[in-house]
Amino acid sequence: MKQIICAGLACLAIGFLYAQKTFPVNGVADERNTIYVLKNATVYKDAETVIPGATLVVQKDRIIDIGTNITAPAGAVIIDCSGRFILPSFVDIYSDYGIPVPQRAAGAFNFSAPAQFNSNTKGAVGWNQAVRAEVDAVNIFTSDEKQAKTFRDIGFGTVLTHQKDGIVRGTGAVVTLANEKENLAIVKEKAAMHFSFSKGTSTQSYPGSLMGVIALLRQTYIDAEWYKNNPAAEGVNLSLKAFNENASLPQVFEANDKWGDLRADRIGDEFGKQYIIKGGGNEYQRINEIAATKASFILPLNFPEAMDVEDPNNAYQVSLNDLKHWELAPGNPAAFEKAGIPFCLTPADLRDIKQFLPNLRKAIASGLSEKQALKALTQTPAELMGVYHLVGSLEKGKLANFLVSSGPVFNEKTVIFENWVQGQKYTVKDDDEAIKGTYNLTVQSGGKTETYTLVVKDPSSASITGKDTLNAKFTYNNKLVTLSFPPSKKSKNSIRLSGIALGNEWSGNGADTAGNAVFWKAGLTAAAVAVKDSGSKSAPAAALAKITYPFGSYGFDKLPEQQTILIKNATVWTSDIAGKLENTDVLVRSGKIEQVGKNLNASGAVILDGTGKHLTAGIIDEHSHIAVASINEGAQSVTSEVRIADNLNPDDINIYRQLSGGVTSSHILHGSANTIGGQTQLIKLRWGADAEGLKFKNWDPFIKFALGENVKRTTSSANNRFPDTRMGVEQVLTDAFQRAVDYQNAVKAAGTVSAKGRKGAAANPWATVRRDLELDALVEILNAQRFITCHSYVQTEITYMMRVAEKFGFKVNTLTHILEGYKVADKINAHGASVSTFSDWFGYKMEVLDAIAYNAGIMQKMGLNVCINSDDAEMARRLNQEAAKIIKYSSITEEQALNMVTINPAKALHIDDRTGSIKAGKDADLVLWSDHPLSIYAQAEKTIVDGIIYFDRERDLQLRKSITEERNRLIQKMNGEKKAGGRTAPFRPSTQALLGCGEHDDDGSFHLHDDEQAAAW
Amino acid sequence: MKLNYLFLLMLATTLQVRAQDDVYPAKEYKGLLFITNGTVHIGNGQVLEKATVEVRDGKIVGVGANIAIPQGDVKVFDVTGKHVYPGLILPQSDLGLKEIAAGVRGSNDYRELGELNPNIRSIVAYNTASMMINILKTNGVLLANVVPQGGIISGSSSVVQLDAWNYEDAAYKQDGAIHVTIPPFSAPRSRFAVRSGPPVDYVKVANEKIEEVKDFFRQGKAYLEKNSHAEVNLKFEALRGLFDKQQALFVHAGSVSQMLAAIELVKEFGFRTVLVGASESWQIAPLLKENNIGVILGAGHSLPGTEDEDIDQPFKTPAVLQNAGVLFALSDDATNTRYRNLPFNAGTAASYGLTKEQALSAITLNAAQLLGIADRTGSLEAGKDANIVVSEGDILDMKTSIITHAFIQGRQVSLENKQTQLNERYLKKYGLQN
Repeated sequence: MKQIICAGLACLAIGFLYAQKTFPVNGVADERNTIYVLKNATVYKDAETVIPGATLVVQKDRIIDIGTNITAPAGAVIIDCSGRFILPSFVDIYSDYGIPVPQRAAGAFNFSAPAQFNSNTKGAVGWNQAVRAEVDAVNIFTSDEKQAKTFRDIGFGTVLTHQKDGIVRGTGAVVTLANEKENLAIVKEKAAMHFSFSKGTSTQSYPGSLMGVIALLRQTYIDAEWYKNNPAAEGVNLSLKAFNENASLPQVFEANDKWGDLRADRIGDEFGKQYIIKGGGNEYQRINEIAATKASFILPLNFPEAMDVEDPNNAYQVSLNDLKHWELAPGNPAAFEKAGIPFCLTPADLRDIKQFLPNLRKAIASGLSEKQALKALTQTPAELMGVYHLVGSLEKGKLANFLVSSGPVFNEKTVIFENWVQGQKYTVKDDDEAIKGTYNLTVQSGGKTETYTLVVKDPSSASITGKDTLNAKFTYNNKLVTLSFPPSKKSKNSIRLSGIALGNEWSGNGADTAGNAVFWKAGLTAAAVAVKDSGSKSAPAAALAKITYPFGSYGFDKLPEQQTILIKNATVWTSDIAGKLENTDVLVRSGKIEQVGKNLNASGAVILDGTGKHLTAGIIDEHSHIAVASINEGAQSVTSEVRIADNLNPDDINIYRQLSGGVTSSHILHGSANTIGGQTQLIKLRWGADAEGLKFKNWDPFIKFALGENVKRTTSSANNRFPDTRMGVEQVLTDAFQRAVDYQNAVKAAGTVSAKGRKGAAANPWATVRRDLELDALVEILNAQRFITCHSYVQTEITYMMRVAEKFGFKVNTLTHILEGYKVADKINAHGASVSTFSDWFGYKMEVLDAIAYNAGIMQKMGLNVCINSDDAEMARRLNQEAAKIIKYSSITEEQALNMVTINPAKALHIDDRTGSIKAGKDADLVLWSDHPLSIYAQAEKTIVDGIIYFDRERDLQLRKSITEERNRLIQKMNGEKKAGGRTAPFRPSTQALLGCGEHDDDGSFHLHDDEQAAAW
Repeated sequence: MKLNYLFLLMLATTLQVRAQDDVYPAKEYKGLLFITNGTVHIGNGQVLEKATVEVRDGKIVGVGANIAIPQGDVKVFDVTGKHVYPGLILPQSDLGLKEIAAGVRGSNDYRELGELNPNIRSIVAYNTASMMINILKTNGVLLANVVPQGGIISGSSSVVQLDAWNYEDAAYKQDGAIHVTIPPFSAPRSRFAVRSGPPVDYVKVANEKIEEVKDFFRQGKAYLEKNSHAEVNLKFEALRGLFDKQQALFVHAGSVSQMLAAIELVKEFGFRTVLVGASESWQIAPLLKENNIGVILGAGHSLPGTEDEDIDQPFKTPAVLQNAGVLFALSDDATNTRYRNLPFNAGTAASYGLTKEQALSAITLNAAQLLGIADRTGSLEAGKDANIVVSEGDILDMKTSIITHAFIQGRQVSLENKQTQLNERYLKKYGLQN
């Protein structure tokens, strides 16, 4: 039995696993069945079980025994691992190792460029280029030793690899990181199906927005179900076929952000799927919502690096949100552990993969337990991918994938020496501990012997002490030693030596400064004292940033609750028959207005003194684009399948800013890029709530339509999307509703009443009719279950929109913008639509040449229900002033003007029974103003939604102070990190999303042009 | 309203509205004119109750409570209960250069090609037939500075009065300022901008461009020291006014870094300098005061510059400048309303720290000072042009800001515009009254 010291020999394993029987041998057969016995190690079988003094027996690619009291079989290679730790090598289930990275075609998305309507992918695939369900990683995987080594060096042995491209990405395969042929490296051919919100390299125009992506996914699930019946009309669709075949695999969704995670989970809920969600690292900000998904998570460790913010003008542009995230991000895994959410860790998303272990240590310093860290890198991912019987722990019969390290693997000073994959040893780092120490060096030249003291610090540095202490050039590489040094400080020439290490005795030959041959010897006199782990796992500094709701500036420490509020002695503008009431009290309880009257009392109520102040109903903005991640799905002229509700962004600071202007409800509309846009979402400005919490409950659903310049892409010089004229727009409308009518009839004929009804559930209509979400929404319009708010400017289009609606038997609910409404106010009145307009916008494009500031006044006088809306995040906080302008331009009463931003939009939105006026029983959506609410000098002092004070000017002043202090603390800390030599990233300003009506979203670069910006409205 | 009945009468006879083609510039008025019994806001902070403004041959000759109105051939406007103000001045605009902002390239003449264009003159392209002009007048704006765009040095701006047949009539002060735009020192805070292309070293690019401008000025200065040139350089010639101190340098800069670069530019060349935009000027107000730099702010009705900034920062920036003693004016660059809300930007400033009279100065006298026309307008003081507006109530508050009279150089100008005419047309169609 030959015994070698663990990690004694640096050798790189090469494909010797076993010979594949079918492959011819060029030479002599070299079948090996060597048994390796690694003994005396501290072995982590798994995260829970540590066995000191254990033995691991490996043959071929497997562990054949593990435990204590194991007798080494005869003919085994014995490796003494005293002082060494052995643990399962890590498993990453979010890799694209060995998979070609697809490149996006040059010239990314360009709004002005012609649209691409169909997929460019060749073959019998589906219509959308971003749905790539037919891609199987196993078919395109090639072993890549260079890449494999980078992963092995940070401890990984097995990965799930897949092509990170598209919305539906096909399947991933589990492979090891062995330097082996693909045949042997592949552990599981199809382990998971993959999804994301990114269309990747797809050049197809649709989807061009996050909500379009979600709509496409939804329709794909429905189409796949329908395809199961092999509909003749579809022919062969390999994408849908694969989608169905892989439906029972684990489903992994790259969501990359806390809100994205929740969006992904909601899609899963809709289709009975529980995704494994790849997070983004900011989940700790909403850990309760994340826990409620019941999903398992894959977490990256790409913690933000400290930015260079020494320049205060740069620092000014970094948001508190980003500063706090920098400080708290390493605590993300710990937050998952604390909340009991299963998770694994991935090196994906790291700019420099070598940061993986340092960042993991940061995560541990921020509260993640070592046990959980190991589990997240071994058992959890292996179980999620159904390969725990093969990898993820050290057990008899499993693959011999393990690490040999100098100590507990997460300690700062621990070195991973070897990473064994499939029974083959890969050296990560030579064990050079043993050579460190002090040697007695003698150099013999002729008859003369000089003696020096050689101190070896590591394999590339050493110093020599003779008469002086001298720096030596030293290398130690796989037992070969080289050493050169000047005999004295002044000497320009060096003594050059080379030799070999035989245990602790080194010897060899060389040349002195004169070039004469020398012989040398060096013997270890004192081994270096092993460096101890600094143990700097000191508890995280006490004062860390607080998690607030929302996470950025102006958030709440904890979500505010309903209070009983009594507003005393205010001038109350009821926006109701009661009119304006002087010296009046309003009592709010349980989110509702309980009483309006004089001298009211309520014990325990918060009293707001309204003396000299004015109370109005909360402002309702009929046309808004705040609080969303994307606003326009403009790739097609009809996109009634997309839903604003799918991509709300509750962190938008504009929610808070608009509360400060008295807004309590906003109708969030799809943009105006196409004739039939997306489904809208009414929200209440519940600052701090999540997406679900923002939604106005039980409202009549609406949809956005648009006409005119934007939908015919006037500012594009290369438009190829129908329509290009208002004539075409009218046909888009007519065609869409005709298709909806035909569809509805077909569904009825196929056996049921309506898309939603499910009465008389006879035959399943969807077996014969393809369920089409786009047409479903139009059918809802036909049946007065969904209502249109239509962006319209000039009288022609206003008129034909109403005529098309009348032809199909429904009513246009609201005409929005409607700047030429005054020209056809009588027709609008006859049709019965509400109108929602600007007070004074004009002149920003051709179709507003006849826009007049007297429009709202004329329409009011014609008896229409007139609303004044914003369509602008800034103006929304001054809607009371916009209403006041109607008094300036047309002689209407003050109450009529105020109603244009309170009860009138409530009527237009069918919520006038719940909000929009001050009346007992209604929602307590109220604004207390410092002055006459239609005066420019009025400021909203308190804005109340559902009986909760969401904006309070006094609190706002406090917040400003604390924001300044907290920013300062974090900037100082960042600068400190830079001074201490930590990694810093170059300064980059924080970005805030501010979306307009005409804005487009796409993965590619896209920047609004001046002229296009103007076309946003 | 009497005025509107008058319109109805007119409509009854003409039957057709011709998109303001029948709104005529007023005829010159020689003689005496009195605006009496109004609350007179001088523009310099003073307010006189029940006062009279006396105008002779287009110039103000006196303002006070004890001005006697002679009998005979004089015009008298009794404005009892109303407020009298200096004509409002829009100090930064593309009025008459940009008609239809988007989609109609042919209607736009505001941005020229090239980087260094001091020789470009906005006045020559100022279109007095623009439909914007009468609309502004109707809201009390009687003078505007017309500014060219494009490149780093964009050219010279001119102040126009808004009641003219052609640009030569309109010119109130020609080529008063040369405009320079300081490039950005950091990436725009847009999520779209961040994603595209390789990283740009904004600081480097900005410094290079600024150096290019400085070098241009240095060469220009040297060129102008010689009286004659075998080859005349129009661009250098165009700098003469700057070096003669006849022209001001208007520097468009928003961020602190940009403004600091502007200050440095001023130090070297000693131009009379005004910052335009200057959204972050509140951060360096004392420094601006110290360097005697004026400010023309962009629309006060704008969002804070960052998520963390005070929610009302743009509203209260004027008060910061006021308190620091910086000479500043307000403008209104909102694209969708095309300048008509200038007085309301001042109203908001008055709600956030300025007095109403200070806010008024910011759209009248201060603007006149920055534009170099304060000797002729900006306040209701003897010797100045009779550029006057009368409002039903507080001109800064929209619900009372209803303009009843406007005078430019003593001429009573029409308050009609395309919009008022369309209003009348459709009121008539429906048999309604305004």
